[in-house]
Amino acid sequence: MTNDRSSLSSTLVVIPAFNEEASIAEIIGELREKVPGIDFVVVDDGSSDSTRVTAASVGAPVLALPFNLGVGGALRLGFRYALHHGYSNVVQLDADGQHDPSQIPLLLDRLTDADLVIGARFAGEGDYEARGPRRWAMKVLATVISRVAGEKLTDTTSGFKAAGPRVVALFAREFPAEYLGDTVEALVIAARAGHKIVQVPVNMRVRTHGVPSQTPWKAAVFLGRVSLALVFALTRDRNVEVTAA
Amino acid sequence: MSIVVQLLSIVVALVLLSIVVVSLRRQRLRERHAVWWLLAGVVALILAVFPPLLEWAADLTGIATPSNLLFFVGIATVTLVSLQQSSELTQLESKTRVLAEEVALLRRDLEDLRGAAPESE
Repeated sequence: MTNDRSSLSSTLVVIPAFNEEASIAEIIGELREKVPGIDFVVVDDGSSDSTRVTAASVGAPVLALPFNLGVGGALRLGFRYALHHGYSNVVQLDADGQHDPSQIPLLLDRLTDADLVIGARFAGEGDYEARGPRRWAMKVLATVISRVAGEKLTDTTSGFKAAGPRVVALFAREFPAEYLGDTVEALVIAARAGHKIVQVPVNMRVRTHGVPSQTPWKAAVFLGRVSLALVFALTRDRNVEVTAA
Repeated sequence: MSIVVQLLSIVVALVLLSIVVVSLRRQRLRERHAVWWLLAGVVALILAVFPPLLEWAADLTGIATPSNLLFFVGIATVTLVSLQQSSELTQLESKTRVLAEEVALLRRDLEDLRGAAPESE
């Protein structure tokens, strides 16, 4: 491995994909064009559409899960793969086109002095305008997790993240598959393991397809589940957790 | 307690016990899961055959109506067994998850090996 922790050559981009046949080829093409030479892997999370075939047809390496594990499950597999193949860093990139691959170097740059870098949505930028209970939920999350991490974090539910070697090793072992596990709990795990978490502002795009539902009832349910996820994440006893071999 | 009720209780206890034993013999139930049901069946049978035992136990614990003791113990047992099963389910899920990951990794390795192998055949 090189000494340069943020080096592109020791970085693996993990693209979890569940039924993303419409956008997967496009995001792979964009990644290759904007970050030439970067290694990446598509984790097909048990899709029932042609995600796997489509990704393979454009020459992408695919890790195909036999059934759907959820984002957290797909990501842990990505981290394990990265660890086994000697990559120092992992960048998570959504398959739906929400994350702009050209901003990957921006995240990697911060890995020189941090273990985990969150690509945080600009306040007011783009389509992302949460209101009501959903907004409170995200506020609560940001406040609590900032305290745990000892660093001001405003966007704790962002899936656009870069992990350095210490976090890659940690996440290959412990990456929760629970609801919000890939965002909330993963951050808590990294923070409690003493890793430094920072955020850099990034532009997020409108999803190419698939719209997050925003009825008040759903937002309230989200708030409840967020609170539960937080409580569990903060109180869980790490030593007895079943870990991967 | 009328003789009809007593007979009915005995029959129910025997049916429960025989279901457990038959399932065990046919390996549809592992012993570690069957223990609780065996225990419940035996206790039910004993109480059905000797109803005064229940009254004696209720007296001892200060419960006025013997049937309430029965309900209490029954519900407590079922709750604990169900909790234990939820916990086992969780463990099984995390094992399944590891297996799924292994399958995906092995499949990837296999594809890489196939791709790297010289085209000799």
